[in-house]
Amino acid sequence: MIKTTGKVTGIIANLITVQINGPVAQNEICYINLEGVKLMAEVIKVVGDKAYVQVFESSRGLSVGCDVEFEQCMLEATLGPGILSRNYDGLQHNLETMEGVFLQRGEYTAPLDTKQKFRFTPIAKLDDTVQAADWLGEVPEGWLMHKIMVPFTFEGSYTVKWLAAAGDYTIEEKIAVLTDDNGKEYPVSMVQKWPVKKAITAYKEKPRPNRVMETGVRVIDTFNPIAEGGTGFIPGPFGCGKTVLQHAISKQADAEIIIMAACGERANEVVEIFTEFPRLVDPRTGRKLMERTTIICNTSNMPVAAREASVYTAMTIAEYYRAMGFKVLLLADSTSRWAQALREMSNRLEELPGADAFPMDLSAIISNFYARAGFVYLNNGKTGSVTFIGTVSPAGGNLKEPVTESTKKAARCFYALVQNRADSKRYPAVDPIESYSKYLEYPEIIAYLDERIVPGWVNKVKEAKNIILRGKEAYEQINILGDDGVPMDYHVRYWKSELIDFVLLQQDAFDKTDCSTPLNRQQYMLDKLLGICHYNPLFDNFEQCATFYKDIINVCRQMNYSEFESPDFKNHETTLENLIKN
Amino acid sequence: MTTKAFQRIYTKLEGITKATVSLRAQSVVTDELATVAGRLAQVVKINGDLITLQVFSGTEGIATNAEVVFFGEPPTLNVSDDLAGRFFNAYGLPIDGGPEVEGEAREIGGPSVNPFRRKQPSQLIATGIAGIDLNNTLVSGQKIPFFADPDQPYNQVMADVALRAKVDKIILGGMGLSNDDYLYFKQVFENAGALGHIISFVNTTEQPPVERLLVPDMALTAAEYFAVDKNEKVLVLLTDMTLYADALSIVSNRMDQIPSKDSMPGSLYSDLAKLYEKAVQLPDGGSITIIAVTTLSGGDITHAIPDNTGYITEGQLFLRTDSDTGKVIVDPFRSLSRLKQLVIGKATRSDHPQVMNAAVRLYADAANAKTKLENGFDLSDYDRRTLEFAKDYSENILSIDINIDINEMLDRTWKLFAKYFTKPETAIKQEFINQYWPN
Repeated sequence: MIKTTGKVTGIIANLITVQINGPVAQNEICYINLEGVKLMAEVIKVVGDKAYVQVFESSRGLSVGCDVEFEQCMLEATLGPGILSRNYDGLQHNLETMEGVFLQRGEYTAPLDTKQKFRFTPIAKLDDTVQAADWLGEVPEGWLMHKIMVPFTFEGSYTVKWLAAAGDYTIEEKIAVLTDDNGKEYPVSMVQKWPVKKAITAYKEKPRPNRVMETGVRVIDTFNPIAEGGTGFIPGPFGCGKTVLQHAISKQADAEIIIMAACGERANEVVEIFTEFPRLVDPRTGRKLMERTTIICNTSNMPVAAREASVYTAMTIAEYYRAMGFKVLLLADSTSRWAQALREMSNRLEELPGADAFPMDLSAIISNFYARAGFVYLNNGKTGSVTFIGTVSPAGGNLKEPVTESTKKAARCFYALVQNRADSKRYPAVDPIESYSKYLEYPEIIAYLDERIVPGWVNKVKEAKNIILRGKEAYEQINILGDDGVPMDYHVRYWKSELIDFVLLQQDAFDKTDCSTPLNRQQYMLDKLLGICHYNPLFDNFEQCATFYKDIINVCRQMNYSEFESPDFKNHETTLENLIKN
Repeated sequence: MTTKAFQRIYTKLEGITKATVSLRAQSVVTDELATVAGRLAQVVKINGDLITLQVFSGTEGIATNAEVVFFGEPPTLNVSDDLAGRFFNAYGLPIDGGPEVEGEAREIGGPSVNPFRRKQPSQLIATGIAGIDLNNTLVSGQKIPFFADPDQPYNQVMADVALRAKVDKIILGGMGLSNDDYLYFKQVFENAGALGHIISFVNTTEQPPVERLLVPDMALTAAEYFAVDKNEKVLVLLTDMTLYADALSIVSNRMDQIPSKDSMPGSLYSDLAKLYEKAVQLPDGGSITIIAVTTLSGGDITHAIPDNTGYITEGQLFLRTDSDTGKVIVDPFRSLSRLKQLVIGKATRSDHPQVMNAAVRLYADAANAKTKLENGFDLSDYDRRTLEFAKDYSENILSIDINIDINEMLDRTWKLFAKYFTKPETAIKQEFINQYWPN
């Protein structure tokens, strides 16, 4: 088939109008030739014989008449062994292999190493009937077994006609030949392509999530747990610790693969990940964190259209590993920058604006994206999951803005970071009252927690939440009426909520013990705290009450800083028991 | 700007707005420069042969038969070591009476640094101001603005910071500077005998606002020359970024773009990020540090300009007048340096993080005591001591007119701790108490 070509007829910033001579598809990729440098662009609107394309680069120097060639495919991710530990830009170009300190326009590096050999072991057998995403074989990628699958684009069923013998192959070598019903042969290699804006749905079933993903962050795991295959989001004004919280989750989460999409964020923060992750050790496997991590990095100064694409690239890679049966965690920081990229493009297209000048379909785009996460049963009965947590940077910290509101409709967990907690250094600054996890209402999750932790766990969590809520009400009354103006009971209620707040909700992300708390330890401490709250001593005055709880809080925090069940921990516990007895 | 032989000349304008003109022309490229009746302009939109030009100095008095000359290239700056010690306007032309700078013509607003090639910032920049060095330490390669109301002495503070910082070059990008402030900078730099390593690009309030849009790119292109080509430590001062953003909104308004929050263009975040992200620690030792000023209206940080800035920069320094002492201080609560943990207790004394946190916490207790006092509740002895401490702390340590080194800041803070508090009240680790508590 002959490729459609065209010529540039108009330019405003990164929106280019192209006069075309043949068919083009919405979202088709094209290359604009600027004096020998080819700039990648995507079709975003077609009117008559004019295609409007957004270029993923600076458009400086383009002029009317530049040649354009259309590629007959949408923006695609290249999927194959060797993705892990890589640092990509938003279009999956490898940042490590680019030359020079500055990013050069039109320098598109290959996502995968085509020379490296991988040791292939067949899984399928000759004459097996297979369909898209079925496992043909596997190769080791770091410490994981990377599955080589029937390409997702294959429709219907095929027969395995030939399989490569176990041995070393490059990703482009033929490792299988499949035939369709008509006997037509299709060679398959280890690498395949998939359009990033389409969800990979080559699985058997997507049930409701029924397990919890541990993060080691108490305010999440105990108070508002996120399900494996679930979705959550973290909105917060700047300076409230969004990034620290996300980094903590990425380091500690019980996932086999982490994909981080740095979408329009600060380059120095990404450098921190680049510098730290190769050094940090994953406590679960003893391996370096970087071995299970892929970073998609499109910092705020990189082209806006590539920023929009970056979250899709990240999601596609996450879905790819899910199809191999892995537990994948995808983190995007920040989805507001992605939404702003959508707004900039909508503005250039002169579409009528929706709220705050965002496109009218913002809500639909966000829901659609969040819907790609999930827990699935693969064709072979095994399971895989993509858990997605996005951050949102609401303008002025105001949660009543379109991105936060649209995301709230799409995500099942809401971790609101609030300024007043950050100001008083109560980190993580997650608001215990506003935040929620819908998964706590799922019967499957309740049953799971009953079994995984202890029967009746969710009721305990609800009790703790209630203590926090009642404490806040008491605190407001104390502030209005003065310390002496309220009954003693109000002080007790307030201090019980402070106890839960300081010991359970607050957590030191920079302390090597306190930064990550396993579930059994979280259970132990919650039981301990509820036990203290059930105890109602009598006080002569409010100062005595404050001192009593302050001392308890201090000892409990020392317990948090000590290794679980270590002699130190036990000593503090004895001190605690003595405090309560007296 | 002299006319050269190959340039294309047109004399028929089809449209004129306050900031743009449009005309029919051939083989024009985006971002290229032109002159319209002798005034500098840049191509911002091409639709077939209909070209829209943004005229930097405004279109007053431009006639439909004005001569339009296209240059075929985007704005450039001549870079060489001769830039040092010179003053330029927004177009990079000298305004100090000296000759034009000879050197390589470099496009302004060039590409970004590959994030993977960056190094993690790790060198402390000392300023002598405790609100910065002690509580919000600056690091080379950082980008951080002063958030200040227009009545705060932000330009003076910035000039002090620039002259005290141990850097190889200081580059001033002045946007909408009042003539008085421009002369102030000039005089301060001259008096300090520092002119030799200072380069200034200045647009004053007397000049057209749209010209300002070129200033940060000019300043940062010069900065990249010294940081990348010469491996130097460069400090860039940008004042006032609010006026820069205002100029952006003027242009987008004239181009009939749909305004976003607070009448700012929808691309404000990307526009600001493109500038601020030029701050970098390079692998070969050079670095660009950006200190900017974002003026606020009545301390409102939810406005689109400070809000977007806060999401891009690595913290902010909040200037305010302390009502108890009348001194201008860097507010310990609302200010933040996100990179400080890379240097405090590492490049500085090991007691630094604990002393910093304890002082800020006690200062916060003083603020609570003050609220209590104002609401008519009784003060405890501890409350009274925190109030005394806060006054002393803000007058003798935080005040921006004090210039001392970091060890002296720490020692002074220890003295205040000992004067007003018991050891447990500071809640500092025992090993530091043993070592530093004054007897």
